[in-house]
Amino acid sequence: MSFDSELLQQSPERVQHSFTLSRRELLKLVGAGLLVCAVDSRAMQESGARTRGGEEDRIPHDIASWIHIGADNSITVFTGKTEMGQNIRTSLAQQVAEELHVPVGTITMVMADTELCPFDMGTFGSRTTPQMGTELRNISAAAREMLIDRAAGQLGENRTQLIAVDGMVKDNSNGRSVRYGDLLQGQQLVKLIPDDPPLAPPEQWKVAGTPVPKLNGREFVTGGHKYTSDLARPEMQYGKVLRPSGFHGTLASLDSAEAHRIPRVSVVHDGDFVGVVAPDPTSATRALGAMKAQWNTPQQISETDLYDYLRKNSGGASGGGEGGGRSNSHETGLIESGMASADKKIESTYTVAYIQHAPLEPRAAVAEWNGDKLTVWTGTQRPFAVRDELAQAFHLPEKNVRVIVPDTGSGYGGKHTGECAIEAARLAKAAGKPVKLQWTREEEFTWAYFRPAGVIDVRAGARSDGTLVAWEFHNYNSGPSAINTFYKVANQKIQFHPTQTPPLRQGSYRGLAATANHFARESAMDELAHAIGMDPLEFRLKNITDPRLRAVFETAAKRFGWGQRKSSASRGFGIAGGCEKGGYVATCAEVVVDRDHSVRIARVVEAWDCGPVVNPNGLRNQIEGAIVQGIGGALFEDVHFANGRVLNPHFSSYRVPRFGDLPSIEVEIINRKDVPPFGAGETPIVGLAPAVANAIFSATGRRLWAMPLVANGMPEQKAARS
Amino acid sequence: MAETLLHVNGSDHHLQVADDEMLLYVLRDRLNLTGSKYGCGEGQCGACTVLIDGRPVRSCRTFAGSVAGRKISTIEGLERNGRLHPVQQAFLDEEAFQCAYCTPGMVMSAVGLLASNPRPSDEEIMRGMNGNICRCGAYQRIVAAVRRAASEQAKTKAELLGHSDKAGGSR
Repeated sequence: MSFDSELLQQSPERVQHSFTLSRRELLKLVGAGLLVCAVDSRAMQESGARTRGGEEDRIPHDIASWIHIGADNSITVFTGKTEMGQNIRTSLAQQVAEELHVPVGTITMVMADTELCPFDMGTFGSRTTPQMGTELRNISAAAREMLIDRAAGQLGENRTQLIAVDGMVKDNSNGRSVRYGDLLQGQQLVKLIPDDPPLAPPEQWKVAGTPVPKLNGREFVTGGHKYTSDLARPEMQYGKVLRPSGFHGTLASLDSAEAHRIPRVSVVHDGDFVGVVAPDPTSATRALGAMKAQWNTPQQISETDLYDYLRKNSGGASGGGEGGGRSNSHETGLIESGMASADKKIESTYTVAYIQHAPLEPRAAVAEWNGDKLTVWTGTQRPFAVRDELAQAFHLPEKNVRVIVPDTGSGYGGKHTGECAIEAARLAKAAGKPVKLQWTREEEFTWAYFRPAGVIDVRAGARSDGTLVAWEFHNYNSGPSAINTFYKVANQKIQFHPTQTPPLRQGSYRGLAATANHFARESAMDELAHAIGMDPLEFRLKNITDPRLRAVFETAAKRFGWGQRKSSASRGFGIAGGCEKGGYVATCAEVVVDRDHSVRIARVVEAWDCGPVVNPNGLRNQIEGAIVQGIGGALFEDVHFANGRVLNPHFSSYRVPRFGDLPSIEVEIINRKDVPPFGAGETPIVGLAPAVANAIFSATGRRLWAMPLVANGMPEQKAARS
Repeated sequence: MAETLLHVNGSDHHLQVADDEMLLYVLRDRLNLTGSKYGCGEGQCGACTVLIDGRPVRSCRTFAGSVAGRKISTIEGLERNGRLHPVQQAFLDEEAFQCAYCTPGMVMSAVGLLASNPRPSDEEIMRGMNGNICRCGAYQRIVAAVRRAASEQAKTKAELLGHSDKAGGSR
C-alpha cells in the first residue's frame, strides 16, 4: 500500500510544516557539544556545496532526528516518536548504541516534544523500526566515523589504527584514547552528514539484537513515572466538559446557575462547548453534575441497521475521510471464467463490528498559557499534528504552540487526535491558569473514535487438487489494509468500497483493516479447504509462493503439532496467517467449546518474522500483547449504539480480555538477518481471529462469519447466512 | 467537609475531606501520590488499587472519609531503603508490562493476593487478579511475575527462618 493511502487511513489532519530553527537556536537548547543530523546523501551530492561534515546555518526540512554529543560525553537523541508501551525508547537507544559505540545506559532519549524534536508525522503504521531505527543507525554510524576523523586529526594518528569503543576513540597500536566529548574541545558544532554510512550488518550486532531491559522500567514499577494525567503545574485547575446527549448534538439551552453557586468553580460556555474549571476534581465533577442542558441531536443510524447501511452507502469513487480512505480496485484475469473452472466454490459475507481501543489511560491533557504561547502535555501518537490542531483552533502561529508527550498509557492507533488537548487549552484560556483535563472512561468509550465496522463479501473457487482459481473480495468501509491476497490465484477481483458517511466517528486501530481482511480471507480459505476436503494448512501451502510466508506457517504448525490431534465436538484447532507492513505471521489456535456453548481459547502458537530482531524480549512482549488484544476483537468486543449514543461505554458492559481469557501463548520468532528490519506493533494481531473462527468450525462444524464471534457464547443456529 | 485522619504509607495526614471525595483523588491530587491511576472510576479495571489494612481495594470507589484511621498502602510505599518490593522486582525482571499504566494497580493487587495466599497456583493468580485489566495484554508475564515474587518471598522467609525452601509449598 502506498504511503498516501496508509496516511489517509490514519485519520490525519492537515499536515503543514515550516521548520524554522537555526543551528544557533538549536544549540541554545542543547548546550555545547556536537549536534549531528543526517540528510539525504543524494540531495547533498546534487547541491554540490555540501561535503561530509559540512556545516550549515539552516537545518534542512527533511531531517527526522538528531543526536547531540555533549562535552561531558552524554548522548542525547531527539526524535518525534512517542513511547506508549511499544518499548521504542529502549529499542531506538539500542540502535544508536550499536552504531555510535557507546553504552546504551549513557543515552538519553528526548521524544515527542515539538519544540526539541524534529518534525515527525506520527507514531503509527509500524514505521518506527524500519524508518526511525534505520535513520538513527545512519546518523550514529556517520557521527562515529566523523569522530574518528576528528581524532585522527587531533592525535595526528593514522586513521586506520583508530577504533571507536565505549564512547571513546582508541588507537589500537598504543592504547591511547580520547573521549568523544573531548574531541569537541568545547566547541558548539552542527554537522550535516550523509545518510549512507557503513552500517553494522545484523549478524554483527552486539547491543541491537539483545534483550536490553526497558530503559526506565524502574519508574514504572514504583509508580514514579508521570503520565500526562499525573502532571501538576503551579496553580493548576481541573477541567470537565459537558457532553451532548448524542453524537452531533448542538446546545439548545443551558442552565448553569447551580454550578455557578459552587465555590471557586467557573463555567466556560463558548457556542456548543460547555465546560467547568475547579480547584479539585471532586468539585469539577460536582459542578458538571449541576448543569442542566438541552441538546438537539439528529436522528442517526443504529447498530441494527449498520451492515446494510455500510453496504448501501458505499459510493465508490472517493472515500470519506477518517477511517475510510479512497476506494481501490485490483483485478487480474477473469473472475467469471475462473469461477467456471472451479470444482468447488464458496460465497460468504463476513462482518466486523465497531470496537474501541480502550487504552487504559483515557485521553488527558494539561494546558498552560503564557501570554499568547501555549504549552500542552498530552498523550498522543501525533504530537506535531496535535500542535497544528491547537494552532488552528486558537488562531495561533505554529511556533507559539508546544506539545509535549510524556510516555503514554497506550494508544493502539486510538490517540492520533487532539480533542482533549484543545478542550484543556480552551478551559485554561478561560481560567487564566493551567488546566488538567482527563476524560472519563465513559467519555473515552464515546467521544474518542472507533475501529471501523465493515462488511466483506468473498466469492472464491478452487479445483479439487487444491489449486485456487478465482478470488473475488469486496470490503465495505472497514479499510484497504492487507486487502490483497498473498495466495497465488490467476483470476482476482479485489475492491475496497469506502462508506460515504460512516455512522460512527472512525479512525485507525492497531493493524487497521488488516485484521478484518485477514479474518475474511483466512476464514474463506478454510471454507474452501473443507469444501474440497483438503487439510487447511496443506491447501494454504499449495497456494503460497512467498518463502517467508511459507516459513511462518510451517514453523507455527510444527510447534503447535498441527494435524497430530483430531478435533472433537468440544475441542477444535484452527490455523491462519498472512503478511502486512513487512511482517509475516501464522497463528494456530486451540479452542474449547463448553456444554453451555461458551468458547474458550486454550492455546495459541504464533510464528513471526519481521526481519532482524532489535530487542527479542520487547518483540515477544508485543506479539503476546497483540494476541491478547486480538482475543477481545475476535470473541466479544462490540460497541453497541443507537441513534447517536453508545449503549455500553463502561468496562462492565464492554468486555475486554482479562486474566480469565488468557490462553497459553507460545511465540516462535524467525530472526532473519538477511533482510531489512520491520515493525511488529500491529501485524501480530491479524491471525488470531480467523485461527479461532477456523478452530470453532473444526470443533462444531459451525462457521461463524461475524466478529466478534461469540459475544454471547455460540450464536443460535441461523437458517440462512446473512 | 470533615476533618479526617488518613494514615498513608506510614504517615499521618489530617485533611478536610468532602463527603463525596474518593480516596483516589485525595491520594493523587492532595497527597501527590500519583502512582495509583484512574482507569474507569467504576472499580472495573483495578488501576487505582491500594491496600487498606493489607487488602486490595479500589480507591476510585472508596470514599476517603470511610477509611479514616485505617492503614492505607499505595505503590509509593512499597520500596524499602531503595530496595524494590519483591513483587515490583519480579514485574521488572519479567518485564511484565508495556505502557505500564496498569502496573501500580497490578502490583498492589498481587501484593494483596500474596499476603492472603503466599504460594498461589497459576489458576489462583489468574482468579485473584481477574479484576485488573492490562489492555496491552501482558497477562502471561504478569502471572509469571507473581509466581516469581511468591517464590522469592518464600525463599527470603526460609532464609530468615534459617532453613532451606524444601517445605515451601508445591504448585
